[in-house]
Amino acid sequence: MNLFGEFSFFCVLAIVLTAAFVLGVLEKSLYVPLILFSILFDALAIGRDLKGLLFFAGYILWETLLINGYLRIRQTRGRNGKIYAVFLILSILPLILSKVFGAARIPLFQILGISYLTFKSAQVIIEIYDGVIKELPVWDLLQFLLFFPAVSSGPIDRSRRFCEDLHRKLSRQDYLEHAGDGVEQLLVGVLYKFVLSALCFKWMELIAEERSFPYMAAYAYLYGLYMFFDFAGYSRMAVGAGCFFGIRTPKNFNLPFISKDIKEFWDRWHMTLSYWFRDFLYSRFVMQSMRHKWFKDRLHTACAGFLVNMFIMGLWHGLTGYYILYGLYHGILLAANEVWQKKSKFYKKHKKEKWYQIVSWAVTMQLVMFGFLLFSGHLVQQ
Amino acid sequence: MPVSPVYRLTRQMLKDEILDIIADVCEEDDVKEDLSMDLFEEGLLDSLGVAQLLMELEDRLGIVIALTEIEKTDINTPEKIIAIAGKRKAEG
Repeated sequence: MNLFGEFSFFCVLAIVLTAAFVLGVLEKSLYVPLILFSILFDALAIGRDLKGLLFFAGYILWETLLINGYLRIRQTRGRNGKIYAVFLILSILPLILSKVFGAARIPLFQILGISYLTFKSAQVIIEIYDGVIKELPVWDLLQFLLFFPAVSSGPIDRSRRFCEDLHRKLSRQDYLEHAGDGVEQLLVGVLYKFVLSALCFKWMELIAEERSFPYMAAYAYLYGLYMFFDFAGYSRMAVGAGCFFGIRTPKNFNLPFISKDIKEFWDRWHMTLSYWFRDFLYSRFVMQSMRHKWFKDRLHTACAGFLVNMFIMGLWHGLTGYYILYGLYHGILLAANEVWQKKSKFYKKHKKEKWYQIVSWAVTMQLVMFGFLLFSGHLVQQ
Repeated sequence: MPVSPVYRLTRQMLKDEILDIIADVCEEDDVKEDLSMDLFEEGLLDSLGVAQLLMELEDRLGIVIALTEIEKTDINTPEKIIAIAGKRKAEG
C-alpha cells in the first residue's frame, strides 16, 4: 500500500483517525494506539514482501541496538571522538548499502523509508555525542522511528521535539484544536497532491516529447510546480495525520517560490531536510575546517561547506548522474551567492531597494527551475 | 546574599571575553556597545557565524554549547549570548 497515495490507504486512515479522535476527545492516552497504528501502516506499506519486512525489522532492531549501546557507552566513556565515529558510521551503513545495491540493481537493503529513517537515527547518535540527549527510552525511540505519517518520506522530525509532543497530555480543548489543524492540513494536502500536482503532471506529459527551448522551459516550470504540489501536499497530509495523535511534525515548505536568493530558497524548500543538513553536516564541517584551518578565510570555508553539503545531498537522493549534478549545481549557486553577498559593493548598496529584490527574485526563480530540470533527468534523456 | 568582589571581577572578565569572541565572529566592534542588537537581522551572524561562535566559546573559554540545543532566538543578541554562555560556565 502506498502511504498517502491511494484510495485504500485513505479508507484505513479515516478509520484510524476517527479512533484517535474519539480517544483524544475523551482525553485518553494515544501512546499505545499510535505505536500499534504505526506498526500496522508500516506493515501495510511494505505489503506482501517477506524480504522487505525482514529487512525493515532488522534495520529498526539494528538502529535501536546501536542507539542504546551508544547511550550507555557515552555515559561511561564520555565525549570520545573515535567511538562516536564508529557508531555514526554503523548507523549510516545500511543507507550506504541500500544506495549502492540500488544503483547496482541488486534487490538487497531496499528498506521502507531508509533515506529518511537514517536522518532520524544519525541525528540521535550525534545528539548523544553532543550530550544533548542523555536518555531515550526504547519505546519512545521506536515511536519516533516507526511514526507512520513520516516513515516513508518525512518530514524529518527531531527526537527531543517529537518525544515532548508524545508525552504531552492534551486537554479536550487543546486536542480539538490539534485535530482541527489536522483536518485543514489533510484537506489542503489532498488539494495539492491530487488536484494541482496531478494537473501539472498532465500538462507536463503533453509536452514531454518536444525538445525545443520554449517547451523545455515550460517543462521545467511545470515540473517544478508538480514537485512542489506533490511533495508539499504529501508533507501537509503527514503533518495533518500526526496532529490527530498530538504530534506537531515540523512543516516542510514555506512559500519557496517567493525566495529572493538561493539561500532563502533552501530556507523554504524541503526545510526539514535542509535544516538537518545545516545542523548536522554544514555547521560541523565548517567548525572542523575553521578549527584545523583547512581554508584561508571564512568565505572559502563557507563556499567549501556549501559544495560538500549539497554534493552529499545530491548523493542522498540517489547514486544517479543527474541527482549528483543537481547537488553540485545548488552547491555552486549557494557558493556564488555567498561570494556575491559578502563581496559585492553593488549588492550592499542596493539590497534593500525594491527593484533589486524583484530582479533578484526573478533570477532566483529561473535558477531554481533550471535546477528542477536537471533533477528531472529530462535534460539528459533522449 | 553579598557578592564577593572577586566573583564580580571574573564575571566581568568573562563577559569581556565573550564580547571579544562575538566581535571577532561578527567582524564588527559595535556589538560591544549595543548589547541588544539583533545580530541576524543586521546580517552579522549566519549559520557559519553560529558554528564559529560555538567553536570559539569551546576552544577559548571551555564553554561547550551544542548546536542543536539552542534556537536562533536564544542567541540573536550579544546579551543573550553572554547570558547563555555565562550560565553554562557557571554550571560546569
